[in-house]
Amino acid sequence: MSCKDNLDKLLPGKSRTWTKFKDQDRVIVPAADLTETMRTLRDQCSMDMLVDVTGVDWLDYEGAKDRFEVVYCLLNVESGERLVVSVMLNEPDLEVDSMTSLYKSADWLEREVYDMFGITFKGHPNPKRLLLPELFAAFPLRKDYPVQGRGERHNFPVITRAES
Amino acid sequence: MAQQLKQLGDSVLWTKLDSAASWARKNSLWPMPFATACCGIELMAASSSRHDLSRFGSEVMRFSPRQCDLMIVAGRVVMKMLPVLQRIWQQMSEPKWCISMGACACTGGVFDTYSVVQGIDRFIPVDMYIPGCPPRPEQLIRALLDLQDKIQNTGTVHFTEFAKRETPEGPVVFEADEIARIRNQDRMKLSLPIYNPRH
Repeated sequence: MSCKDNLDKLLPGKSRTWTKFKDQDRVIVPAADLTETMRTLRDQCSMDMLVDVTGVDWLDYEGAKDRFEVVYCLLNVESGERLVVSVMLNEPDLEVDSMTSLYKSADWLEREVYDMFGITFKGHPNPKRLLLPELFAAFPLRKDYPVQGRGERHNFPVITRAES
Repeated sequence: MAQQLKQLGDSVLWTKLDSAASWARKNSLWPMPFATACCGIELMAASSSRHDLSRFGSEVMRFSPRQCDLMIVAGRVVMKMLPVLQRIWQQMSEPKWCISMGACACTGGVFDTYSVVQGIDRFIPVDMYIPGCPPRPEQLIRALLDLQDKIQNTGTVHFTEFAKRETPEGPVVFEADEIARIRNQDRMKLSLPIYNPRH
């Protein structure tokens, strides 16, 4: 039995949107249902590995209704079945539950999503930037951030030869 | 006295102290490889047997800045790495020189993005630039030989030539265009007219 049928049976009556792309099931769930859905998938559908957490900024994208999407890629190691769970978010409420209590691998992945998109994860044990310097003020993978930055790359002291 | 000097013949060499010190320094440039990207591979090729940088006196790659004369920045430097680069540069003892190797170290190369420093010469002094993406080992050797000429021609025993370089030598950190671009991002949001620095 596939994950899709299983989930619909275990958590009936919840609003969720299923799509399919190249035989790959994808489901969009409301942010409030995320923890419950993920716990069910892990405990009762044997989705025992969180492969990736990433974000998408749908700003100015044709036909897009929501601004941000957080994508969770799950894998059943035994059967090889995969499922993509995603959550849509809009400003100003850019917060979802952290998955670190369910999957250890979510720790750094969620920190990277925070680093690049500014989406905060409620209950994360170490909610800091992962890749960029701590004092970096912007979220550079947002579509309204210019690729050349806002001058962060120039914000350093200049050392002349006489003083070094 | 003149007779005695004549008797010495070719066993005495007359030179200036500056020149003798520079001659010794230029032929024992110990590089500090600051290799962050593919230029570092060419740097390794230059120092290994085929191209053999040690023919020119720089055989000893030292990974401690305290033991080096020459910093070779090979590869792009991102904004998280630049404070490290500056710190290593300041840890090197005098006299010291710097080679900026490859397009990324010189100008940022194709990486015109928020996180990549657009040329290390904006923030640390550079003596030699090597173009190329990545440069051939021959180009690195050419730069080394040119740097040796520079040291021989300008070097002094107390390295007073460095004290004269008081102004930053690279491009201005914020160009007028960059300031205009940053300001205009905010102006466009507020629907204000675009500011052009050339008018």
